[in-house]
Amino acid sequence: MGSGIVTQIFQQIVNGLSLGSIYALIALGYTMVYGIIKLINFAHGDIMMVGAYSGWFAITVLHLPFLPALLFSMVACALLGVLIERIAYKPLRNASRIAALITAIGVSLFLEYGGMLLLTAQVRTYPPVFPGTMYIVGGVYFKYGDIVMLITSFVLMALLHFTVQYTKVGKAMRAVSFDQEAALLMGINTNNIISFTFAIGSALAAAAGVLMGVYFNTIDPLMGIIPGLKAFVAAVLGGIGIIPGAMVGGLMLGLIESIVSGFGASTWRDAVAFLILILVLIVKPSGLFGKNVREKV
Amino acid sequence: MPLLKIENLSKSFGGLKAVSNLNIAINEGELIGLIGPNGAGKTTVFNLLTGVYDKTEGKMTFQDKDISGLKPYQVTHRGMARTFQNIRLFSDLSVIDNVKIAYHQRTSYSAASALLRLPSYYSGEKEMQRKAMDLLKIFNLGDKAEEMAKNLPYGEQRRLEIARALGTEPKLLLLDEPAAGMNPQETHDLMNLIRWIREQFKLTILLIEHDMSLVMGVCERIYVLDYGMIIAQGVPDEIKRNPKVIEAYLGEEVV
Amino acid sequence: MGNWFNRKNIVSLLGIVLLYAVVQGLIVQDIMPPFYKLTLIQICIYIILATSLNLINGITGQFSIGHAGFMAIGAYVSAIITAIQHGPLILGLLAGAIVAALAGLLVGLPTLRLKGDYLAIATLGFGEIVRIIFLNTEYVGGAAGFTLPSKITWTWAFGLMALSVILMKNFVGSTHGRACISIRENEIAAESMGVNTTKYKVMAFTMGAFFAGLAGGIYANYFYIIQPMTFNFILSFNILVMVVLGGLGSMTGGIFGAIVMTLASALLAGVPEWRNVITAVLLVLMMIFKPTGIMGTKEFSLNFLGKKSDKNAASKN
Repeated sequence: MGSGIVTQIFQQIVNGLSLGSIYALIALGYTMVYGIIKLINFAHGDIMMVGAYSGWFAITVLHLPFLPALLFSMVACALLGVLIERIAYKPLRNASRIAALITAIGVSLFLEYGGMLLLTAQVRTYPPVFPGTMYIVGGVYFKYGDIVMLITSFVLMALLHFTVQYTKVGKAMRAVSFDQEAALLMGINTNNIISFTFAIGSALAAAAGVLMGVYFNTIDPLMGIIPGLKAFVAAVLGGIGIIPGAMVGGLMLGLIESIVSGFGASTWRDAVAFLILILVLIVKPSGLFGKNVREKV
Repeated sequence: MPLLKIENLSKSFGGLKAVSNLNIAINEGELIGLIGPNGAGKTTVFNLLTGVYDKTEGKMTFQDKDISGLKPYQVTHRGMARTFQNIRLFSDLSVIDNVKIAYHQRTSYSAASALLRLPSYYSGEKEMQRKAMDLLKIFNLGDKAEEMAKNLPYGEQRRLEIARALGTEPKLLLLDEPAAGMNPQETHDLMNLIRWIREQFKLTILLIEHDMSLVMGVCERIYVLDYGMIIAQGVPDEIKRNPKVIEAYLGEEVV
Repeated sequence: MGNWFNRKNIVSLLGIVLLYAVVQGLIVQDIMPPFYKLTLIQICIYIILATSLNLINGITGQFSIGHAGFMAIGAYVSAIITAIQHGPLILGLLAGAIVAALAGLLVGLPTLRLKGDYLAIATLGFGEIVRIIFLNTEYVGGAAGFTLPSKITWTWAFGLMALSVILMKNFVGSTHGRACISIRENEIAAESMGVNTTKYKVMAFTMGAFFAGLAGGIYANYFYIIQPMTFNFILSFNILVMVVLGGLGSMTGGIFGAIVMTLASALLAGVPEWRNVITAVLLVLMMIFKPTGIMGTKEFSLNFLGKKSDKNAASKN
């Protein structure tokens, strides 16, 4: 019988891809923001948390089905992202990197502690949104929900790719991330483009949050911290600032994590992400898809 | 025996050949100019000499010893100092502290001595203070010793950069566009300064410059670089008349 | 030795001794409420942490945000020696600091080529890995940690703090300190002026880690219990805030930031949820309006007490 190890591995691959697609959605936000203003938006994981809660709210209070709830959450977080950028990050665009980083961490803490204050540390549960139908293919279990998640993630990523590569806005985004000043001189409204980037990144994070709520069932105000850090590692792995890199990095990280936890120690699971991080930084800091840029002397 | 000998030096960045097959020889005490249009690779040569870039091919010999593969601070130890195209002062340090950094490599006491404030710390600091102050006075910056480097006017910042480089007690000084941003009067003063420091400090000087009055005025010999290759070399009069040079500088006024 | 006895040093020494004696007197007379004593010792610990982080971030300009990792190593190693192996306190503290310094060396060397954000991320990762390692080590109690007797007194804490600050200040005020500052200001120029930047970056990391480890040892041997979850990223972040608040690059700023933050935290101890939110908001506001912190890169100096002859040496003659 081929079952046993092989089906185990395939199962882990399926799990890994589901988890990985969530990481990828979050990682995209990190990478786009870094690409455009060279800021590591530490608050990004917490935006995912807000997305999870917005989705929960839409489902349990507004009684919306999955897709409208997802959209609701994405719009809410897009607005939040733009707000944060305008209030906290814009004033620091020309400040030192350490100041910008500290501000980002400050915003993150504000969202976390504010969430704790408003929502209490008590976990909320996502009601079941999907029928519990299981599909079994060659011994590997696919939940209905898993499939929807995978499809949602990939559709969103495809939409993003299309937007960035083939629309005018996307072109403007790429221009601003190459050279902000030059883009400004070409008549691009850089402020708006930056806001737009934050909006999209936050919307994707929100989607990830809703999907996490569906996948893991419980949500709490601090749920954004670890996945946020891991998604960040994924972005670095793929090459920070590079969009396809974030997608690939996210999926890879999800896969590696699933395989490691499939082999036992789940407390070491989180360490995996950091070890990958250190490895990448030592071997090739610019990531899988990145290029080394020298300082001009 | 030339003080500095560059043989068949090449540097490629990926597919781009920044510098190819350079051959330069500089004797002790000479004042040599390195000129060429923008992007010709002049600063690249400096970066190769000082170890900021690794060479792709060729040989660099300084005081009869190979200097390829050395790190910049090691090159400085061997007696080669440089200034930069864009001023690279330590802005948040005082003028005198900027110069004291240069003396660090030669007048150093141990870290342990610093931590425990042993006698060698006090004597070392005293010596550095004296040497740095003497040097500043020579450059007319003595009264600005305690000022923040970033507060100096542009011309004085350039002078400070040169003074600082001299603090490393070099045999060969590489000046990268020292007259950039200077008006004719300042350039004239700079010319005198360059001649004077060569005498005073027994230096050999290699200088990159766009200002032709400076180059023709102080340099004994000139190398002309274009697209990474030497297209001419010789004394100023020869260079002025060289058709290849004129062509490379089309539009540039050669006085 | 004669060099040590100038007006500046004597006044500083008197100030230090006075500070110590006043508090010690209050403690011995049983007038000092325990919470105050706890806060004072905490301040000593954080002063060491803030100034040692300043050595790496402020003086040498290296972006390190995993300082809690070094502290954790110092804490655990010293605790193992004093509590599990029943060794003397001084040995435990020293060992903790040295092992932490070795970790600093290990972190410093490979991460040196990383600049700015990348270095920050690497140090963040390091801090987390250290925490996770201790979390999974049964010998030191895993997640629950373990308890140990409280051997640190005000004398120990203050004495070690004063010693640490003096040593670090001595370093910064020397040619080696200047070398580190030159790296911060312009690394390429520093290298070109003969400064072995690799050596000094590693030195800064190692020294910063040493003192952080010392602080960790003091912490462990005072607070009865150590657990991995204490040494998390939030702790690293708080130390960073202390340094930035006081002024990145200023040793006195670091002391100042440590005192202000610890006091504020103690004052707001009654309302932890609000305290955290308020801290976060204040932090963001400070970054927007005064990112250079309170002292910028300046030091509080007693130079006005200098001998007349000192002043003449600096001016023209």
